Amino acid sequence: MTLEHLPALQVMVPLAAAPLIVLLRHAGFAWALAVAASLFAFGASLALALEVSRAGAISYAMGNWPPPWGIEYRVDALSAFVLVLVSAVGALVAPYARRSVAAELPREQHYLYYAVHCLCLAGLLGMTITGDAFNLFVFMEIASLSMYVLIALGRDRRALLASYQYLILGTIGATFYVIGVGLLYLATGTLNIADLAARLPEAQATRAVLAALAFITVGVSLKLALFPLHLWLPNAYAYAPSAATAFLAATATKVSVYVLLRFYFTVFGAPLVVDALPVPQILTGLSIIAIVSASLVAVWQADLKRLLAYSSVAQIGYITLGIGMATRDGLTAAVVHLFNHGITKGALFLLVGGIALRAGSVDFGRLRGLARTMPLTCLGVTLAGLSLIGVPGTAGFISKWYLVLGAIEAGQAWLAALVVLTSLIAVAYVWRFVEAAYLSEPGSGTAVAGEAPLAMLAVSWVMVAACVWFGFDTSFTVQGARRAAELMLGAAP
Amino acid sequence: MTPAQLIAAALLVPATGAAGIALAGRWPNLREGVTLAAAAALFACVLALLPTVLAGGVPQLFVLEMLPGIALGFRVEPLGMLFALVASGLWIVNSVYSIGYMRGNDEPHQTRFYVCFALALAATMGIAFSANLLTLFLFYEMLTLVTWPLVTHHGDDDAKQGGRLYLGFLLGTSITFLLPAIIATWALAGTLEFTPGGILRGTASGSVIGGLLALYMFGIGKAALMPFHRWLPAAMVAPTPVSALLHAVAVVKAGVFTVVKVVVYVFGVETLAGIRAADWLPAVAGFTIVAASIVALRSDNLKRRLAYSTVSQLSYVVLAAALLTPLSVAGAVFHIAAHAVGKITLFFAAGAIYTAAHKTEVSQLDGIGRRMPWTMGAFTVGALSLIGIPPLPGFLSKWMMFQGAAQAGNGMALAVLALSTLLNAAYFLPIVHAAFWRAPREGDAPHGEAPWPSVAALVVTAAATIALPFASAVPLALARAVGG
Repeated sequence: MTLEHLPALQVMVPLAAAPLIVLLRHAGFAWALAVAASLFAFGASLALALEVSRAGAISYAMGNWPPPWGIEYRVDALSAFVLVLVSAVGALVAPYARRSVAAELPREQHYLYYAVHCLCLAGLLGMTITGDAFNLFVFMEIASLSMYVLIALGRDRRALLASYQYLILGTIGATFYVIGVGLLYLATGTLNIADLAARLPEAQATRAVLAALAFITVGVSLKLALFPLHLWLPNAYAYAPSAATAFLAATATKVSVYVLLRFYFTVFGAPLVVDALPVPQILTGLSIIAIVSASLVAVWQADLKRLLAYSSVAQIGYITLGIGMATRDGLTAAVVHLFNHGITKGALFLLVGGIALRAGSVDFGRLRGLARTMPLTCLGVTLAGLSLIGVPGTAGFISKWYLVLGAIEAGQAWLAALVVLTSLIAVAYVWRFVEAAYLSEPGSGTAVAGEAPLAMLAVSWVMVAACVWFGFDTSFTVQGARRAAELMLGAAP
Repeated sequence: MTPAQLIAAALLVPATGAAGIALAGRWPNLREGVTLAAAAALFACVLALLPTVLAGGVPQLFVLEMLPGIALGFRVEPLGMLFALVASGLWIVNSVYSIGYMRGNDEPHQTRFYVCFALALAATMGIAFSANLLTLFLFYEMLTLVTWPLVTHHGDDDAKQGGRLYLGFLLGTSITFLLPAIIATWALAGTLEFTPGGILRGTASGSVIGGLLALYMFGIGKAALMPFHRWLPAAMVAPTPVSALLHAVAVVKAGVFTVVKVVVYVFGVETLAGIRAADWLPAVAGFTIVAASIVALRSDNLKRRLAYSTVSQLSYVVLAAALLTPLSVAGAVFHIAAHAVGKITLFFAAGAIYTAAHKTEVSQLDGIGRRMPWTMGAFTVGALSLIGIPPLPGFLSKWMMFQGAAQAGNGMALAVLALSTLLNAAYFLPIVHAAFWRAPREGDAPHGEAPWPSVAALVVTAAATIALPFASAVPLALARAVGG
């Protein structure tokens, strides 16, 4: 009975946990409930992924209203993969948050943080699992609103401004998305994603459908921080509480990428996206600018968190570059990198949270000689940084492999060259940290007590270990991504 | 133990040794004991594999599938066997030397030093035994990364700068050229396994193969082909044991080892000879040999002179492999061993001079042979071998290369080999002359030999240099097996 309702419960449990936390307002209880809900969501998504790989896509009719009239929850190879990433990060960040939030937020706000964490998790999972375009919008708003709150909770006053920036831009993005969905509804008379996919070929590439494609592209691109719509991201990541940054960086933009993939390849279908509008060309062009410019900007940041934020913009560029190829290897690269970059950036921001807690700030001036007092943290940052570069033996290498392979097989050697050359910029910004932490003498500003609290360090290292693990054992990531890519290109059922 | 277990042990012994060294960090004698034990155990494992390989066996170990169709796997063939023997054998000697050097110079961070050293050896074994290009690339990059802390050991601005060049050149070339070359190979051939005869035959046109070869040759930055050689002199900021074992043996030999491996087992000698795609390579290697020798001649800093000599000697291997005749390929393989024992002796001597007399420049060495007769005697042996004086091992490899060049009818290669022999003599012999036949300068503080472990180590490698031609059956058999 319960198993059958797992798709609904996966979203409902964290969603219900949020008001419960607000009602009780007890920090310790709030934390415990958030951890429990996050762990439950993770278990549920693993069970769903297993079921999907065993028996194919799962369709769940909300409230027993059959689709396309009722809202459908649909788990297939692609959404199962993203669900695992989002819920895994949620389940890791929740236990981590306890010490980090206690240090960074005033006590009366603790319960709020956990409530919003649950809400955000529910929103992101809902966006991924729903098979209904309008329901997706609702979850997008749930996730976005809770993100605005998460960012605004940052102790720096500039967090408010960052949150406000994101609120304005995020709302524009969501509006564009809903306009696009409205146009699709106009053209087809349905909001169910599978139904849309079935009816769109009849509607052909009318002006309304093309306009919908354009609106959805721009709207979702704002959410996933595609250059030049990324302006909200660096400040948001830099000023949000550490735990929130780790959670958002690893999941929020990734789910938006998922939405883009879903609309491009399930709803519109590859032929329409590739032929009717120059979408791949635009995506590729913007991705290249994102990768090059954001990587270069990252090198010159004075603050480690901002450095990593700009690196995120660049890394998202690699994902969209893979989407722009619209080939099996390209899409495999995009989906694999969505996952690998999620865990890599998650690991990095978790470790940075530990540094922020001990050193007070993550300005490069405070990081000098840090390896002496926080050796495990610095080793973790270095390893995850290697994954960011794409050194073999780390998850990031697997992404690079498929990106370059996709480019070579598409006959675009210059794209392959671009991918590998820009990896060198990543070497430069990762090594700024390594040199500061290992080769510099501690300056007057560095007074660090020691390693981060054990719980934070342990969780961070689980993520770091995942970065290495998925560099060797790729059976989950590559096969999952490949199945998803085949699904998107219509090669598999 | 079965051969597969021996391969696993060869990888795990230095890796667990590194962990043991880290744990024993507080007790220096125990820590160095762990290093020596790990080195001895590693050499024993490698040696135990030798009979199987000499008998024509190919021990294998499959670990897991990293990417669909590409395994993390190991396979011991003659070339890898020889490289592993040289590196693991010299690690023992080098560890003894390190103890004398590091303690004699009161170096900081000694635990980190020994840990990284052990990890570097683990990476070297991974390279030597790798069964395919992906496995090789994994350990190749690992070797760069774990040796970076050794290069930047002193942590000052010079070390930082050297580290940047080191990382920039090695990661830069491997990521921008080598990785795309490997992926393109995978796209063309559908396999990355090292296979006798190569895997690229008939997969692409001559120009594509030629382009791919260029990506490989310049992508293997550790082989220090010009213009990507600058990292090697930059790496000389490291403590001398690092320069000796890593930047005269393990790291640079990993480079030329990969070059030979790619030429023989990825392209295939006959494939390359058939389409004449490698015709440009002897010219580039020849240019590197001569140009680097000239730079060496003009360097007053001893370690810098040795480094440029290494750049030049590495290109001997590349040149010999690029001549694509069985004898020259065998010469290339044998030179990996011959240069290793000779050059490590020279670096040991340079380090011993620094430890005992704090001298770093060639022009300061007048009369030093009288105060440090053992050190300079060993130096002379190494230098003579690298010049190619019979019957020392450097002569044997040069002999094979000369013959190979003659077989290939490559006059340019013959001329380069002859000219560089003269240049070798020109930059080594004045040092020997000054050390023994010139009077010490006024005002030099009196000193004796370096601490005994260092002296013992350099005497052992000098003895090995002398002994190698008389015990050359094994290396020659391995070298011939690669040359085919």
